[in-house]
Amino acid sequence: MNDQVRVWYPFIGPNNPCPPIRVKTYVVPPNQYIQFQPLDLPQFTPQEALRYGTLWPALFSPYEPTRGSEGGESTS
Amino acid sequence: MWLYEKKLQYPVKVSKCDPRMAKLLLEQYGGADGELAAALRYLNQRYSIPDKVIGLLTDIGTEEFAHLEMIATMVYKLTKDATVEMMKEAGLSEMYAQHDRAVFYSNSSGVPFTTAYIQAKGDPLADLYEDIAAEEKARATYQWLIDLTDDVDLQDSLKFLREREIIHSLRFREAVEIIKADWNTKRVF
Repeated sequence: MNDQVRVWYPFIGPNNPCPPIRVKTYVVPPNQYIQFQPLDLPQFTPQEALRYGTLWPALFSPYEPTRGSEGGESTS
Repeated sequence: MWLYEKKLQYPVKVSKCDPRMAKLLLEQYGGADGELAAALRYLNQRYSIPDKVIGLLTDIGTEEFAHLEMIATMVYKLTKDATVEMMKEAGLSEMYAQHDRAVFYSNSSGVPFTTAYIQAKGDPLADLYEDIAAEEKARATYQWLIDLTDDVDLQDSLKFLREREIIHSLRFREAVEIIKADWNTKRVF
């Protein structure tokens, strides 16, 4: 599982009209943990870098569509 | 639900008859980075944010309404006894034409408040960073307002409000740290 994805479990009240989505997620990209980028970080190959949008794996944040997987995980 | 205390969060004393300052203070009343925008922004974001930071948004959003009351009090005191001539000199003719001496949600240029000033992106980091930016912009606005008046009593209240923005910004940055924390990691000891 993508370690940039955070999971939380919203409160589910007894009177919700729709089946509850028990698990919600959000992304915390790596930029949140880098105050000032250090020198000499490992690099992608130029081909990879063009595709990913960054030269540095430490800054890469993957994102997969969440449609259809909503509520996929169950707490109980 | 709210409980109301019938007093201001911090005393508002105005010692100088200065309707011009009322116009400038409106920036913090119905402006883009004003107290109304702040209160509405925070209280609205509560619904879709992880529950660990809902309480913070409730508390700060509520306090912003207390600040809104203080600004309203300042504007009211500065205009309630102004003559029409004084209102004209202060650049408040348009305001007077629309509202007499009623306080209304507009910025210092007379542009009415709009919810286009605020956002709710649904992403906790995006929302909290907007909140941090809003607090810093409000702090800066208070600084410029303090610069614009020589009424030390008015400055005193504005300095209190400026300090609150500094505290709120820190609290929102603490909320970002809570949001960043990886609760998913199961630590086995």
